[in-house]
Amino acid sequence: MSGVGEDSIFWIGLLLSTLRLTTPLIFASLGGLFTERSGVINVALEGFMLLGAFSAAAAGLISGSSTVGWLTAFVISALASGVFAFFTVRLRADQIITGMAFNILIAGLIPLMNKSLFQSTGSTPSLDLALRPSVWPYALAFAAVVGAHLFLTRAQGGLWLRMAGEEPAALTNAGLSVGRVRWWALVLGGGLAGWGGATLSIVLGSAYSPMMSGGRGFIALAALIFGRWRPLPTLGACLLFGLADALQIRLQGATVLGVAIPVQFVQCLPYLLTILALAGFMGQSRPPKNLGRT
Amino acid sequence: MKSILGCCAGLALALVVAFFMGESPIHVLQILAQSAFGSPYDFGVTMYYMTPLLLTGLAVAIPYRAGLFNIGGEGQMLMGCMATALVGVIWPELPAPASWLIAIAAGLLVGGAWAAISAYLKVRRGSHEVVITIMLNFIAAAITSYLAISVFPNPGSQNPETMRLPETFLLRSFDRIPSLFQDAPVNLTWVVAIFLTLFLHFVMERSVFGFSIRATGLNPLAARRSGLSTDRLQILAFAIGGACAGLVGMNEVLGNAGQFKVGFSPEYGFMGIAVALLARGRLWACLPSAFLLAILHKGAMDLDIETEFITRDFSKVLQGLIILSVVAFENHRKPVEHT
Repeated sequence: MSGVGEDSIFWIGLLLSTLRLTTPLIFASLGGLFTERSGVINVALEGFMLLGAFSAAAAGLISGSSTVGWLTAFVISALASGVFAFFTVRLRADQIITGMAFNILIAGLIPLMNKSLFQSTGSTPSLDLALRPSVWPYALAFAAVVGAHLFLTRAQGGLWLRMAGEEPAALTNAGLSVGRVRWWALVLGGGLAGWGGATLSIVLGSAYSPMMSGGRGFIALAALIFGRWRPLPTLGACLLFGLADALQIRLQGATVLGVAIPVQFVQCLPYLLTILALAGFMGQSRPPKNLGRT
Repeated sequence: MKSILGCCAGLALALVVAFFMGESPIHVLQILAQSAFGSPYDFGVTMYYMTPLLLTGLAVAIPYRAGLFNIGGEGQMLMGCMATALVGVIWPELPAPASWLIAIAAGLLVGGAWAAISAYLKVRRGSHEVVITIMLNFIAAAITSYLAISVFPNPGSQNPETMRLPETFLLRSFDRIPSLFQDAPVNLTWVVAIFLTLFLHFVMERSVFGFSIRATGLNPLAARRSGLSTDRLQILAFAIGGACAGLVGMNEVLGNAGQFKVGFSPEYGFMGIAVALLARGRLWACLPSAFLLAILHKGAMDLDIETEFITRDFSKVLQGLIILSVVAFENHRKPVEHT
C-alpha cells in the first residue's frame, strides 16, 4: 500500500515541477515567437532572460516588492531588445552575430551592475521568501500562450506580424512599415524573455545567480522551432523540455541496475533532447519565409 | 580599416561605460597598458592568452568563410584538451617525441570530430547550428568534468582535475620560449599557432580548396551548381575549425598545467567569436585581433583588482561592444532584399 502512495507522490511531484520549470521556457519561447514571426532571428533570448532575472531580483530587493521586480524585468529587457532592434532592423546588422554580441555584452554588464548595486560579482542577496509571488506567474504564462494564439490568428496586429515575417513586400504595399512592426515585435519579445528570467530568479528561486539561465534561452528557441513557430505546439514543446528538466533534477543520484548514473550526464538530458528535437528526428519544421533576411 | 574604426568605437564606448561606473578612462587605459606590457613576464602571460584566442578565433573564422557560424569553439576546445590529457593518462609509458605528438594529434582529431557533429546536423538535417553548438558546449563540459572528476581524478588533490601527465609529455623539457619571458606560461604553442594561422591563410586565399570554401560561403547555390560538393566543404571547414580549437590542449595541458583542470577556460571559445569577427573572417587578421583581445583580457583581470567597480567580466563588455561596432555598419547601405 505504501508503495502505491509513494508512487503517486512521485508522479504528482514530477508533474508540479514540470509545470514550474516549463514556465520560464514558455515566456522565453513566446518572446522568440513574436520576434521570429516578424522575421528577425533571435539568438539573444538567453541574454534577455539573464537580464530579466537580474533586474527582477535587483528591483525586487531595492523596492521590497516582487511585483515591482516582475515589472522591472519586463521593462529593462524590452529596452535592451529595443537596442537589439536598432541594430538588426534600423542598421540591418547580421541578426545572429548581433544576437550573440548581446549575449556576451549582457553577461559582462550584469556583474558590473551587481558590483555597484550590491558589492557582489556573483549572486544577488536573497529576497525575503514571503515576498515571492505565488501562483499567478504560472497562470500568466499559460494565459499568454492563449493570448498569443488569439493575437496571431484573430487580431489585425497578428496579421501584420505574420506579413512582416512571410511577405514583407505585401506589408509595404499595404502602406505599413515593416521596420515598425518588427520593432514592436522585438520590444514585446524582449520583455517576455525578461519575464522568463524573472521566473527563474524571483518565482522559482529567490535571488539572481550567475548564468542561471543555463542555456534555457537556446532551449526556448529550440522549443519554438520544434513547435513550428506556433503558440500551442510551442507550449507542447516547452512542456516536453520542462519535463526533461524536472526529470534531470529528480534522477540525480538515481541508479540503474545498481549503477549510479553520473550526475553530469543526468544534467545533460534537456540538452540532448534539444539536439534530438532539432536534428529532425521528431519531424521537420518550416520557418517563416522571410526569417533572417534583412 | 572598418575593423579598426569599429574596434576604436567599441573601446571608446567601453571607456564611457567605465566612466559612468566612476572610473577615470585614462586610469583604466594606464592599467591596461601596464598589465599587458609592464614586464617581460606580463607580456608573456598576455601571449599565453593570445594563443587560445587565436586558435578559437580560427575555429570561428574558417567556418565563417564557408557560410556557417560556429559558436561551439568552447566545447570543441574542451573535448580536444581532454583528449590530449587522456593520451598521457592512459599511456604514460609512451617515449618522448611520440608522446606529445600523439597527444596533440588526439586533440586535433577529437576537436575536429566534435565540430563535425554540429556541421553534419546543420548541413544534412537543417538543424539550427547556433542552438546545436551551444547544446554541444554544455554536453562537452559535462563529459570532460565527468572524466576529470570520476574516472581519472588527480589522487593528490581535491580539485576537479585529471591525474598529472608524465614529464615525457610536457613541452617544458625542450621548450625555450618560457625562459624568454621570465618563465611566463607562454610556450611553443604560441609560435605553432601563429605559423598555423599564416599557413591556413595561404590555404584559404591561394589554394583550390580554399577557393571552394570561399565560393561555398559567398553563394552556396552557385557553388553547388558549378559542381562543388558544398555539404562536404562546409562540414570540412567546421572540422578544421574544431581541430584548431582542439589544439588549445597543447597550450593548456602540455605547455602549462600538465593536466586537465575543470574550469580552466574563461570562455576562450566565446572570445574567439570576437577575434574572428573583428578580423571579419580573414585568417591573417586573426593575429592582430587575438593580440588585442589578449591585451584586453589580461587587462580586465588587473582592473578587477585595481579598480573599485570594474570586474573581470569587463572584457566581455569590451568583446560585445567590439562585435557590435564591427557588424553595425556592414549592411546598412545594401539594398533591402524583400521589396
